[in-house]
Amino acid sequence: MALLEVQDLHTRFRTDDGVVKAVSGVSFELDRGKTLGVVGESGSGKSVTFLTVMGLVDRKIAEVEGSVRYDGEELLRASSSRLQKIRGRRIGMIFQDPMTSLNPVKKIGWQLEEAVRLHNDVSRDEARRRAIQALQEVEIPRAETRVDDYPHQFSGGMRQRVMIAMALINQPEVIIADEPTTALDVTTQAQILRLMKKLQDDHGAAIVMITHDLGVVAELADDVLVMYGGRVVEEAKVDDLFAAPQMPYTWGLLGSLPRLEQVATRLEQIPGQPPSLLHPPRGCAFNPRCAYVFDKCRAELPGLDPAPDKADHRYRCHLDDAERERIWAAKKAALTGVEGSAA
Amino acid sequence: MTQYLIRRIFWAFFLFVVATMITYVIFFVVPADPATLAAGKATKPEIVAHIRRELHLNLPIYQQYWLFVWNLVRHGSFGYSFVNGLPVRTMLGQEIPVTASIVVGGVVMYLAIAIPTGVISALRPRSILDRSGMIFVLVGISAPSVWIGLILIYLVGFRLGWTPIGDYCNLKPTHAIGVCSGPGQWAYHLLLPWITLAVGSAALYTRLIRANVMETMSEDYVRTARAKGASPSRVLVQHVLRNSMLQVVTILGMDLGLLLGGVVFIEIVFGMPGLGAQLVQAAPRFDLPVIVGIVLFATLSVITFNFLVDVLYAWLDPRIRLA
Repeated sequence: MALLEVQDLHTRFRTDDGVVKAVSGVSFELDRGKTLGVVGESGSGKSVTFLTVMGLVDRKIAEVEGSVRYDGEELLRASSSRLQKIRGRRIGMIFQDPMTSLNPVKKIGWQLEEAVRLHNDVSRDEARRRAIQALQEVEIPRAETRVDDYPHQFSGGMRQRVMIAMALINQPEVIIADEPTTALDVTTQAQILRLMKKLQDDHGAAIVMITHDLGVVAELADDVLVMYGGRVVEEAKVDDLFAAPQMPYTWGLLGSLPRLEQVATRLEQIPGQPPSLLHPPRGCAFNPRCAYVFDKCRAELPGLDPAPDKADHRYRCHLDDAERERIWAAKKAALTGVEGSAA
Repeated sequence: MTQYLIRRIFWAFFLFVVATMITYVIFFVVPADPATLAAGKATKPEIVAHIRRELHLNLPIYQQYWLFVWNLVRHGSFGYSFVNGLPVRTMLGQEIPVTASIVVGGVVMYLAIAIPTGVISALRPRSILDRSGMIFVLVGISAPSVWIGLILIYLVGFRLGWTPIGDYCNLKPTHAIGVCSGPGQWAYHLLLPWITLAVGSAALYTRLIRANVMETMSEDYVRTARAKGASPSRVLVQHVLRNSMLQVVTILGMDLGLLLGGVVFIEIVFGMPGLGAQLVQAAPRFDLPVIVGIVLFATLSVITFNFLVDVLYAWLDPRIRLA
């Protein structure tokens, strides 16, 4: 049994303009110690999916359906006090913007100690000792003195380390990292990713890495979900996804990645805007932006079906297999330049 | 922190000096001759000339200012009323407690209403409490305090006869016959003025607190706290309240400073002999020492409360303290 099993999850927000279908029928599994990469543009539903898993969407304005089973326990129908025991203890969460995710008027140490004391019946001294230890673990220099500093006295990268320390302090089995490196500069990004990898190796936690950066996914993930318009549009092992992506949106994502071997050509972009979740297009949500669209795409939502030769590589696309293979071969040749044409 | 305090104290002092200067200059550009005014109706030229010397009005203005500051600092004297000859300091000494009683009681009352109402309506937007709070707010903001005061006097004081309709009683008990005093009478007589002051401001503060709490609730660090497993009440108390009170503290400080300069409408409607009522009496009579005294006290109270706000703000927000 997987540690985290999500089945047909729907999250809809009631707004003054109508119902926003932020998540529509997402399913996936996460095993212990594995890393799941979740990729998609802003508004693809990737963050809301995991906020729903954590019970952090406001149920007064959001309708939630489906099933989230954590270690066999259904979370969507769990009481709020039960969820409080799981959050921060068994599932830790790291957010995108470290500049705003820490309380500006409380010391770092206080915020870390709070996380400890919420879930463990320990003395203040013990909580403080653990706070310092957690800061050392995320490689913050002079942790014994920095623990008494306020968030504004830390740089962005250091604050994200504090966030990671806080998410890890109770040694949770799952860490959900919602774009943890997006707000950081490139060298800091690399440090943070390396740190997360190291901590995963040390503690054996499963990681959900929500990102729009395929580079991050390639580096860390075992499995990948590509999300679009509130749905999973492709899921695969990371190597399969990069070797043979199966649907036009994923091709677009891969095409927009800069490559070193590529010679000074313009990066490909996906034309158009992400779909409105208030009035989603009929049929395949990607159809207004897809270069290979035909009538069926505008009428009927493609199912999340497995590839002919790989049961664990599934995608939503109406293109037939031969057509898809031909298009990808051409794309691949264009993307990899010389290497591709030699093959 | 110490450095911050020193800087703030310096600025408060500087402001006070500038304020006294401006007030004093205004004193002299007013198109009225203080000596003639001080002499009263029976104005023989030699009496006016005598008074002019007596008040040092024959000296150049910078020397007069210096004398004024000297008297103020050395003797704590604001001079004497032109109208009744009493020391202005004595008059202020009687009027300040009246105004302060109205203001402090009123502020406590409106905070006691606004904080819980504001927080609850922020936590339950669009609930019945939130909506009825909104109506209360609209009434409170739209209705002038004179009107509210008069309505309260008519309904509660006159028709129902539940409260006195005016007059001030000293907080400190005295045994003089025919003089009402003591905490009970004091509060009883102040009840309507307090309510009058509270109605308008409670409305405003409810909106302010509601908006600030709602804004803070949507902050990323509040989500972080919930993701850590903190209960809703813990999130509210430990993470939301302090952050959402920053702006409220600023506005409250300014309000207190301004109100202590005299709550003119309330004092007049309820016949309370406070600073505001005195100012209204003194102004048409050109009782300049009294006017200057009241203006200076008002300035001092605004400066003092701004200083307190700065200190409190620094205590609430480390980013200011350590910047």
